[in-house]
Amino acid sequence: MTEPTKNIQAAAPRIGVFVCHCGANIGKVVDVAAVAEAAGKMEGVVVAADIGYACSEPGQQEIKDYIAEHNLDRVVIGSCSPRLHEPTFRQMLISSGLNPYLLEMANLREQCSWVHMNDSEGATQKAMDLVRMAVSRASLLYALEEEILPLVKRTLVIGGGVAGIQAALDLADNGYEVVLVERKPSIGGTMAQLDKTFPTMDCSI
Amino acid sequence: MTDAGRHPRIKVLTLSEVKDVSGHVGDFDVRIIKHARYVDESACTACGECAKVCPVVRPDEFNMGLSSRKAIYSPFPQAVPSAYAVNVDECLGHNPAVCAKCVEVCDKQCINFHMSDEEIHEKVGSIVVATGLSPYDPTINDEYGYTRFENVLTSLEFERLVNAGGPTGGEVIRPTDRKKPKRIGFIQCVGSRSAQKGGNYCSNICCMNTIKSTLVLKEHDPDCEVKVFYIDIRAFGKGFEDLYSRSRRLGVQYIRGLPGSVSETADKNLSVAVENTVSGKLEIHELDMLVLAVGLLPDPGTQKLQEMLGLQLTPDGFYLEAHPKLLPVDAATRGVFYAGCAEGPKDIKESVTQASAAAARAVRLMHKGQITSEPITSLVLEEHCKACGKCAEVCPYNAITVDVRKKIPAQVNTASCAGCGTCAAECPFGAIVMNHFTDGQILSQVDAMLAENARDKVVAFACNWCSYAGADYAGVSRLQYPANVRLIRTMCSGRVDEKFIWEAFAKGAPVVLVSGCHIGDCHYIDANHWTEKRVAKVHKKMEKLGIRAERLQLAWISAAEGARFAEVMRRMEKLRQQVTEAEIAFTKEILSKPKK
Repeated sequence: MTEPTKNIQAAAPRIGVFVCHCGANIGKVVDVAAVAEAAGKMEGVVVAADIGYACSEPGQQEIKDYIAEHNLDRVVIGSCSPRLHEPTFRQMLISSGLNPYLLEMANLREQCSWVHMNDSEGATQKAMDLVRMAVSRASLLYALEEEILPLVKRTLVIGGGVAGIQAALDLADNGYEVVLVERKPSIGGTMAQLDKTFPTMDCSI
Repeated sequence: MTDAGRHPRIKVLTLSEVKDVSGHVGDFDVRIIKHARYVDESACTACGECAKVCPVVRPDEFNMGLSSRKAIYSPFPQAVPSAYAVNVDECLGHNPAVCAKCVEVCDKQCINFHMSDEEIHEKVGSIVVATGLSPYDPTINDEYGYTRFENVLTSLEFERLVNAGGPTGGEVIRPTDRKKPKRIGFIQCVGSRSAQKGGNYCSNICCMNTIKSTLVLKEHDPDCEVKVFYIDIRAFGKGFEDLYSRSRRLGVQYIRGLPGSVSETADKNLSVAVENTVSGKLEIHELDMLVLAVGLLPDPGTQKLQEMLGLQLTPDGFYLEAHPKLLPVDAATRGVFYAGCAEGPKDIKESVTQASAAAARAVRLMHKGQITSEPITSLVLEEHCKACGKCAEVCPYNAITVDVRKKIPAQVNTASCAGCGTCAAECPFGAIVMNHFTDGQILSQVDAMLAENARDKVVAFACNWCSYAGADYAGVSRLQYPANVRLIRTMCSGRVDEKFIWEAFAKGAPVVLVSGCHIGDCHYIDANHWTEKRVAKVHKKMEKLGIRAERLQLAWISAAEGARFAEVMRRMEKLRQQVTEAEIAFTKEILSKPKK
């Protein structure tokens, strides 16, 4: 890990901004091209473009080409929630030779186009702000290295019904130690109480 | 079941409860209480001599109280482990003067009243939560007369009645006169799809369970009359429609409409009044026995475990998955997976499928024997640290060590640090850098947001696990709210430093929202307590400065509360509209003076 205080004052950042249409999901409400254009004028942004589906293979390739062509060192993606595709785009950065923590996402779908469907102008304004905030944050990002930690190869299964038993067996058959905890005096759960079960009408135990 | 019982790699702990879980993915410390069985599990051969002499008779819960058992008992013939157990609350006690009959007859001498509850510690790398379900208790649906009329049963009671291993050997008889019922009715959606009683969700299994029961009945007695009262039949799964049409072909009557009332006749039959919504007529059906197809609720222990593991629940009380489509068996807490009805009502096939999926996800996590940890951890800048100890005090993970007396600067154990950022927010000397969520990074977002038209905007801080996820959920549900709110994501609301709030006000923000997980639901154990304290502190300071405290709001919004998120946003917009130009100008001026 690099000392952050030093890194913040590193050379001028080279940021690329990519605004995703997500088909019509974002594009129908937000003026994506206008957002990309506005992003192009923001401080530190070297290149900005709109993309049909940023997460798709061709979409990612397009971004990777921009990264290579413009020698980008940080990437801002305006698309869906980072809770969905942050891992995807981090992986993309890694394959472009960038540290995955030099990515910032602006949530233009779950928190913009989908919740302001009847307010195109407001949504576009918001999208521009969200991208501006992301760019500003991105210029201060610095590389981080993941740490490798040891792991205990055992699993605790809480509940000894049909689900707990199946999970325990699958894990154990894969070579893992399992601790199966059941509150009652026997495992089996509700399943054990059932007679024939649908759809095959055979016995449950 | 038996496979699990004798698998060399599975340690089965029955009569056991998880009391506490600490640590993190890859290295959880689990404290389990194993309650005393008073019978040596390995020595007992389940010969049953002990139960024969036990004088205490109690209702058998496995048979839903339709038969009895003794105070020393085997829960059911195929039980695993195959050992008897003593219910110590019912037992007369090991006092020869009182009883101890079981001890006398046990050849193997495996009954031991000196056993005590055992505390077991286990270290594990991952956890599968499969806590199952709890059937709905229809007693409060008084219109159906459950518990008032003996011949009204729940579906689970009926299940034991038709079971070959059940109290009647699989013969269906009425509880009142032990006669074979000739006319049997089923009422669907009891405790399901109801805004008033039970859950408002579909319990998923009851339609098919009833169809199965009708087939079993028709198999026992082709001439018996079977009626099903329903809203609609949901036979959506593989092979389900087949069973449904088979049931109809065998003459089972499906009557669309839920009964309004049930009364008992003099000979203990049941008179069911129902509006048949197909014919539009009010009908009275006389039946010998009535079965209530009860819905599924989460296990009562769900909430305790949720708090212990920092998990999230849906409004229905089932566990919330990390993503409904892409991560359907993962919990948001890394290393925790869901299987079975704990995550939502499901049938056996789905439970088994999900359990295998959970196992596969756990294997995927563990197979390398090591994990990479996210580098979103805190870092102490030693030259600024005054060793005051505040960070160590607030850290929910005890990941910071600092010697206050000897003034040795704080140190972060990155393996234990979960990255909530509360330490950085509380450090009075700016000596802690929260990686990936530094002061500079967050302040730059505030500044960028408020650079233009600050007056029109609502500044909102949201924690990654609950409030930000709740905002996403509002999006997925297409809930509309004003477009002028701008969210800043932090991992935990505990990260929201006072200075972020002051910066927003100084830059002309009319209103600021800090949002996080509900108290008790914090993803970082209890870091949001510090959020609460901090916001209260800022409120006081605002009042002192003559700034309306109302302009800073605190809201707890869970990942499942999309509707609440949208509502809070509308409320924030209303508040914003009440803030005057003059107020904002005054705030900016007072905060621009050195030393706030």
